[in-house]
Amino acid sequence: MLSFIVRRLLTLIPTVFGISVLVFFMIHLVPGDPAEMMLGERASKQALEELREQLGLDKPLHVQYGRFITRLLRGDLGRALRTNEKITAEIAQRFPATVELALAAMVFAVTLGMLAGVISATRQYSAFDYSSMVLSLVGVSMPIFWLGLILMIIFSLHLGWLPLSGRLSYDVHIHTVTGLHLIDGILTVNGKGFRDALWHIIMPAFTLSTIPMAIIARITRSSMLEVLRQDYIRTAKAKGLPPRLVHYKHALKNALIPIVTVIGLQFGILLGGAILTETIFAWPGIGLWLLNAVYARDFNAVQGGTMLIATTFVTINMIVDVLYAWINPRIKVS
Amino acid sequence: MKKYGVWILALGILWASGALAATPKTGGTLVFGRGGDSVGLDPAFETDGNSFMICDNLYDQLVLYADESTDIVPGLATSWEVSPDGLTYTFHLRKGVKFHDGTDFNADAVVFSLGRMMKEKKVKFFKTQWEFPKEQPPAEYWLSMEMDKIVGAIEAVDDYTVVFKLLRPEAPFIANMGMDFAAIVSPTAVLKLGPDFKSNPVGTGPFKFVKWIKDDRIILQANPDYWDGRPYLDQAIFRTIPDNSVRFLELKTGNIDICQFPNPEDIELASKDPNLKLVSQPGMNIGYVSFNHTKPLWQDKRIRKAIAYAVNKKAIVDNIYYGLGQVAKNTIPPTMWGYNDDIQDEPYDPEMAKKLLAEAKFFEKLKEAGQSKITLWSMPVPRPYNPNGMKVGEAIQADLKKVGIDVELVTFEWGTYLKKQREQDPSMDLFQLGWTGDNGDPDNFLAVLLDGYADPNVRTQWKNEEYHNLIIKAKQASSKEERIKLYRRAQELIHEEVPLINLAHSLVVCPMKKSVMNFKLHPTASIRLHKVWIES
Repeated sequence: MLSFIVRRLLTLIPTVFGISVLVFFMIHLVPGDPAEMMLGERASKQALEELREQLGLDKPLHVQYGRFITRLLRGDLGRALRTNEKITAEIAQRFPATVELALAAMVFAVTLGMLAGVISATRQYSAFDYSSMVLSLVGVSMPIFWLGLILMIIFSLHLGWLPLSGRLSYDVHIHTVTGLHLIDGILTVNGKGFRDALWHIIMPAFTLSTIPMAIIARITRSSMLEVLRQDYIRTAKAKGLPPRLVHYKHALKNALIPIVTVIGLQFGILLGGAILTETIFAWPGIGLWLLNAVYARDFNAVQGGTMLIATTFVTINMIVDVLYAWINPRIKVS
Repeated sequence: MKKYGVWILALGILWASGALAATPKTGGTLVFGRGGDSVGLDPAFETDGNSFMICDNLYDQLVLYADESTDIVPGLATSWEVSPDGLTYTFHLRKGVKFHDGTDFNADAVVFSLGRMMKEKKVKFFKTQWEFPKEQPPAEYWLSMEMDKIVGAIEAVDDYTVVFKLLRPEAPFIANMGMDFAAIVSPTAVLKLGPDFKSNPVGTGPFKFVKWIKDDRIILQANPDYWDGRPYLDQAIFRTIPDNSVRFLELKTGNIDICQFPNPEDIELASKDPNLKLVSQPGMNIGYVSFNHTKPLWQDKRIRKAIAYAVNKKAIVDNIYYGLGQVAKNTIPPTMWGYNDDIQDEPYDPEMAKKLLAEAKFFEKLKEAGQSKITLWSMPVPRPYNPNGMKVGEAIQADLKKVGIDVELVTFEWGTYLKKQREQDPSMDLFQLGWTGDNGDPDNFLAVLLDGYADPNVRTQWKNEEYHNLIIKAKQASSKEERIKLYRRAQELIHEEVPLINLAHSLVVCPMKKSVMNFKLHPTASIRLHKVWIES
């Protein structure tokens, strides 16, 4: 097991290096110049040149890449061009919001998605099966911003049950420990803060969960169907085990591998920031930040942010691989 | 879509008069909803409106703009004198003012705040020899207002007197001193906090900084010791809500008090909502179409005039600005001093346009230039002065088709657009652009946009000697009356020569709760909450 993990860790190095090359040159290929964007209509040639020089943009690309990669090796992502703040600090301020939203969305997606998938598989071709599979198709194809707005109009504007946007009401404060409001609310025994944070996260988390929920439901259904056809399931049923036990203990455990993969991948994607959900719900996370950086052609911020997201993604992928090996020991051998 | 402009103005006046009758109430929190977060809060180094709107409430300048105009009134300076040659400005400072960190505001703080932006720091302190920070981001506004070419030295004469020695007579200098970048900061805090100052700002303004949660909210608290009286509000919160529709929903549900930049459709909804009201202000801006003056094709002013006759500006304002703008006949907006209201704009007259084009042999000249059509460059992004450059481009394309000119619309990514336009790309015939004023001085429009003689960075690159002389004279004139005369003549000259077609000035409309009292939109787009109160 250990050598497996070490091998997987080693493959991370070329992957991350490849990402750094790709990210750096792709953002420089996109037309647009941060100095022009900052100065806008009032940009004079002289002001532009001085600004480019101060930002280090007057240097040739390979020199800029060299600086980027040497900084990166020291664990320094540099400073954002637009704000002149350390990118690690900028990300650190926003990452907890994204993590919290992604976790909450995954709670919705995994519980509801797996439940729907298992029930659909065990009652194949029933009304529930059809309707949940149609719903999951809708879930995958529905535009997030549209769903978000509809939920807001129903649950906030008309029913008044949930707050519209943001992470907390303006008159509620939570002392920061982890940066995850729900957890901090519990850790600091702040009931009012916890409740407020919970009300705020329900709609964005549900909105964000629709796509992964639908994917998880479909993959659970097909994986379960495959397992349910196996001989040992028939044997278990023949032995007279109650169906619930057969489905949830014997079948589901063996159907888990593709489901875990999908859950891991989806979680990795959500951690990259949910640009649409974060924009609609005014959720101050990494997606919104990255979007603004792209608009401003803030090369440093885009590079730093993307590097971090990509590294997180491949790391999660690796953890999923390790989990695989743990769930199914045969994988280690191959 | 209907025209909103006229009745919005009328309603605005109605509410303004209502506000006058009410008595201010102290207390409460105002939540201001806006589309984007601030970049930083050190006024010397910011360039964006979302940063400046916070700075407006945290800092003061030596001079301030009047409540609803760009007239200059005393700020941290109670009075000032200008030497007869226009080269020395002496400011007498307000006594007894303290920064939010408890340190004294004095002449050395002024020298520090403005001196740190100078390329060559020719400054003299009176008491404290402040050292300037070694590493600073570029002072972009100072650079773009060409302050290094204007200010030679800044000297503190005593605790409460500062002298600015100019390199050339520059009448707009005093208006520049009211701009955000010229705000006075606490030197102690700047040196103590270094790069963190911009996230922990310390000024002398009506509000003190409390907390900034990035991309979420900035919280300010009333400064009880403010020299111009404590603000009525206890607290002001600026919330970032990026989506326009959601921001407006937040206003409708009562979670925010003011909603900046709503969608035009929502303005109509707001006008019907019994809990909301609208406040509006003509923006200090101009959206225009100009010519590539480096090409021989556009040298004949009859051709330029023909294009002006051919464009139906009113239809553009009605249909693309949704009526939230007014047709422009001058380059400077009507709210600005020096505006020449006697100018008669060219009416929309395609027949006249055809006649002028034939007279000037436009189509022959076009053929000689090897072209069968002309290009019209249009912005890819909405700007404060033009909500949709591409749609305006399509409207002009259709208008010119009616007089027989085929137009190809061209656009680029915004940064590239600005760059290629500045280089006067030879493939460009007409281009759209615009300007938002900085300091309320006509020079900031008329010189910046049209004096191509003075500066290769002028976007239109129109070179007219008479015009150049007028602008220079106006910069050097000592009295406002004389300057007004010169600017009125400059506007006549623009009208005669048509170096550009003035399209529209946009109108800024802000829906808010009826309980928000005395909120005024300022022509410079600054948001000042000092005298705003909440009616319970």
